[in-house]
Amino acid sequence: MKYSYFPGCSLERNASAYHVSAMAIAEPLGMEFVEVEDWNCCGATEYVSLNLTASYALIARNLAQAAKETSTKQLVAPCSACYLNLKKCDAYMEESPSLEEKINLALAAGGLSYKGGTLKVRHLLDVVVNDVGYDAIAAKVTRPLKGLRVAPYYGCMIVRPKLGENGTFDNPEYPTTLDKLLKVLGATVIDFPLKAHCCGGHMTQISESTGFELIRRLIKGATDYKADLIVTLCPMCQLNLDAFQGAMNSHFNTNYHMPVLYFTQMIGLAFGMDAASLGIGTELVDARDALSKIGVEVPEAELVVKKPPKEALPMPSLPEEK
Amino acid sequence: MSSVSVSPTQEGSRQKTFLEEVIENTPGDCHLLNCIQCGTCGGSCPSGQDMDHTPRAIFAMISAGLKKEVLKSNTPWYCVSCYYCTVRCPQSVHITDIMYTLKRLAVKERVYDDSKAPDFSKTFIDWVENYGRAFELGLMSMHMIKHNPFGVFKMAGMGMGMISKGRMAFTPTRIKGMDSLKAILNKAKELEAMA
Repeated sequence: MKYSYFPGCSLERNASAYHVSAMAIAEPLGMEFVEVEDWNCCGATEYVSLNLTASYALIARNLAQAAKETSTKQLVAPCSACYLNLKKCDAYMEESPSLEEKINLALAAGGLSYKGGTLKVRHLLDVVVNDVGYDAIAAKVTRPLKGLRVAPYYGCMIVRPKLGENGTFDNPEYPTTLDKLLKVLGATVIDFPLKAHCCGGHMTQISESTGFELIRRLIKGATDYKADLIVTLCPMCQLNLDAFQGAMNSHFNTNYHMPVLYFTQMIGLAFGMDAASLGIGTELVDARDALSKIGVEVPEAELVVKKPPKEALPMPSLPEEK
Repeated sequence: MSSVSVSPTQEGSRQKTFLEEVIENTPGDCHLLNCIQCGTCGGSCPSGQDMDHTPRAIFAMISAGLKKEVLKSNTPWYCVSCYYCTVRCPQSVHITDIMYTLKRLAVKERVYDDSKAPDFSKTFIDWVENYGRAFELGLMSMHMIKHNPFGVFKMAGMGMGMISKGRMAFTPTRIKGMDSLKAILNKAKELEAMA
């Protein structure tokens, strides 16, 4: 099946492992992705906190760009925040003619237009489990994740809120699609009670004690259930749980070690792909011990430091900065 | 709740109530009038313990017209957008969307007590408005310099880790259609100011 693909800013760099692994499993799963041309940031949870019309116009530019691709009406986002923003903008434009009119007045200034409901916005997990399907995935498994205890972690924005008539593709309180997928891959899936709880989003930057506590709960929960690793489907969740795990440990004087990988990486591993080709090794919390249980070797973490280009120093400044 | 009049204002015969202002500034039908003060929202909130007032209390304060107290409180800025309250609300109040509305109104009136969260949003969006994409290194460093200079030492390990794993870009990416995007956003801001 063919899909428009909206990678989002995180997947360009900090979550490039998610992008790389999604592309690696696309072909064996029969998915064809066409990247939205010259897409822009979705505004995350920040723009809508400042300016409603501008935040929706920012998102709508992406919808308009994606709608130019005539061969598919399906728009796929791997990031939960991008997914919700795109879906919400589309749904509210369809629901509210006055909002749709306003957004189109703004889009017209850039030579674009979009009609709410034109595209169907979907999360990558939805497409993988519902379009490809568990059976087709099971048929491709050559290296079952046997003996690996995984905590399936959905976070918030993939399952909440319910929007439009069809609501969400999984239960907002107790989702199970990722659980089923990981079982199909051969893993031992723990019944993770915190699976749809919040990772804290940007709170590490606003209030450390609030942000770190939300991270601690999830890491402690998975540790208490003796999980070898957490499997996620959102770059923000991965960043919080993986990259901030060390800072969280220092904050609480704890010593947790819980690797966090993407579901696309788990699919790739079960299909027999090698770890490096799936971006494994770029996580900050080492996953090697966990993956050795299924006989996967992760190449020694090599330093991939590229010297920053000269123009990067000093910090680039904003043209309009006063 | 029943004592609050929400009938359309007649030719500007009276000022809009704060309740009307909040509803008007929230996209779609936010069902705020249907709030029954049950408190399911506060009980579901992962950051509720750090808020000045729980969402339930905030909604009562909005109905009572306590605009300044509501917009000064940290409540909307501590909302983590998890939408648990929204899906659990028995009256389908779009609670998370209303929190965004309160943030916008607080920014507009410049009445928030702590500028850390609004500044974070502004710095994030500065990069987007000028490049079309988010830029993590620029955002994090500018935000820390302003609000948490000593945090640099605390986060140094993480920053070095991200750089050594190739997960941190040193320069922002600029989209090709920047002129078109700027025109769109400028027009949108004009429309927002008119509302």
